[in-house]
Amino acid sequence: MSFPWANHYAPKHPVMQWIDERLPLPRLVYNAVGAGYPVPRNLNYFWNFGVLSGAALGIQIITGIILAMHYAANGAIAFDSVEHIMRDVNSGWMIRYAHATGASFFFIVVYLHIFRGLFYGSYKAPREMVWLLGLVIYLLMMATGFMGYVLPWGQMSFWGAKVITGLFGAIPVVGTPIQTWLLGGFAPDNAALNRFFSLHYLLPFVIAGVIILHIWALHIPGSSNPTGIEVKGPQDTVPFHPYYTAKDGFGLGVFLILYCLMLFYAPNALGHPDNYIPANPLSTPAHIVPEWYYWPFYAILRAFTFDIFGIPAKLLGVVAMFSAILMLFFLPWLDKSPVRSGNYRPAFKKFFWLLVADVLVLGYCGGSPAAEPYVMISQLAAAYYFAHFLIILPIVSRMERTLPLPNSITEAVLEGKSGATLSTSTQA
Amino acid sequence: MATLEHLDTPGEQAGDGVRRRDFINIAAVSFAGVGAATVLLPLINQMNPSSDVLALASIEVDLSAIKEGQAIKTMFRKQPLFVRHLTAAEIAAADKVDPSTLRDPQTLEQRTVDGKKQWLITMGVCTHLGCVPLGAGEGEIKGEFGGYFCPCHGSAYDTAARIRKGPAPKNLEVPKYAFKSDTVVAVG
Repeated sequence: MSFPWANHYAPKHPVMQWIDERLPLPRLVYNAVGAGYPVPRNLNYFWNFGVLSGAALGIQIITGIILAMHYAANGAIAFDSVEHIMRDVNSGWMIRYAHATGASFFFIVVYLHIFRGLFYGSYKAPREMVWLLGLVIYLLMMATGFMGYVLPWGQMSFWGAKVITGLFGAIPVVGTPIQTWLLGGFAPDNAALNRFFSLHYLLPFVIAGVIILHIWALHIPGSSNPTGIEVKGPQDTVPFHPYYTAKDGFGLGVFLILYCLMLFYAPNALGHPDNYIPANPLSTPAHIVPEWYYWPFYAILRAFTFDIFGIPAKLLGVVAMFSAILMLFFLPWLDKSPVRSGNYRPAFKKFFWLLVADVLVLGYCGGSPAAEPYVMISQLAAAYYFAHFLIILPIVSRMERTLPLPNSITEAVLEGKSGATLSTSTQA
Repeated sequence: MATLEHLDTPGEQAGDGVRRRDFINIAAVSFAGVGAATVLLPLINQMNPSSDVLALASIEVDLSAIKEGQAIKTMFRKQPLFVRHLTAAEIAAADKVDPSTLRDPQTLEQRTVDGKKQWLITMGVCTHLGCVPLGAGEGEIKGEFGGYFCPCHGSAYDTAARIRKGPAPKNLEVPKYAFKSDTVVAVG
């Protein structure tokens, strides 16, 4: 599970030896995130975002458990119980804002983590399983985030629940029964609120479990690095502790500063004022959008405004939206290039940045009203999104002439070309 | 700082003494530790009573309807509160006892307000394990000392609500209260 030159756990203190013989938990930690895990020496700050994602999950679980102590999952009092948290509970406002802002920051760091994986080809063999498990975590996060947003039982909560479960209503024949089953009624009410609360509490622990698998799968080949070439010997690695605990610790400090700025100075900046209006089944808010982290996919959903070959637009939009994520599961086999890092793939790099721009455009359109020109832009951007993965990437990975790779990580480091910074130039 | 920088010269790094790196390491980890401890405070304090609970932490009781020999049960901080209008005989019975013979020595004067000796206001929470003693309601048994009797484990209180028999360690608690007028008392 590790390189042969990894440091071996050898507890000196008799108490630690005693524990190690009976329950080798300190040994597990030592080999996973301690001095016993050799890591490429050239990781840049983009490699911080895995740890930051874990920290964000930790913040969400701690603040979430506390909020559950004061929240009441009942349609009649849920909204009031959230206001009770905001006004009456000691520091309740801070804990709720920490949770709401924490959700956004969790997605920010996870998107940057995914960005890192896409640019540096971290999804390629032998790390496909790491990528697949990461996508499972991402899907679980989306489900958890959605259900959490329903809990305050404001207008956006209610109509979010109605619209998202309505997606399942688009499935032919069984759609409506499935939607009714999901909600436990014909519209969101107590039954839906209670099950969403139950699952919103459960899923983060499922995520934590999949994270363990994600790290387990990662530690078999070991971490990738900005050059994308494999570790060849002890000179290419440094122990995780203290080198990357220190680097991640610094990144964590920066992350927490930005998080606190948002938490204390702009806690509602990413929310919607309409969610401070209690849920009203008789009136839909004028401009209903999901939280920002769903916008690119929401834009794809709304891009389908016309039937194709008799397939209703509603179904097409839903299929396209889910496909946009599910397609990523095939990425390791769509991109056949043997070179991992985008730094050595000049053509890939150009298209990669185009994809990033495309997703940002989709996100912008997803947060805008469903009107022109946003619908047409969404249609073009959605088409390009699929084209990137299904057409451009397979062709580029076959045709492209990649730049010469360094012989080893150490050589790249010594020549100052380790890719420790994200280069946008196409020079070698 | 000058000392630290001096010690950081390469020649002395191998020896003992405070290296610059050790100093930074300890300072950084200590700073993070202090920060984490500070964050813990609100996370622990959130479990204390919230403002809406504290807002109900004081009540006013109208005594005008309580006749001599009667008692009422009311709620104070989500717990029963006994307000008892003692008869002259009950006061005499309480005064007759020598406090030094009691488990929790107190006189009736010490347990009531000056000049309002007939108003015995106590929590209705047995000091043994928290059950509600009998004796305040109409027709409830008052135990062998004529005050209150806890059916859970058999603690008997006298007419000053002092523990006389059974496992309870203390007299029934007298909450903080003050008379706002002759007939209105503010508790808490």
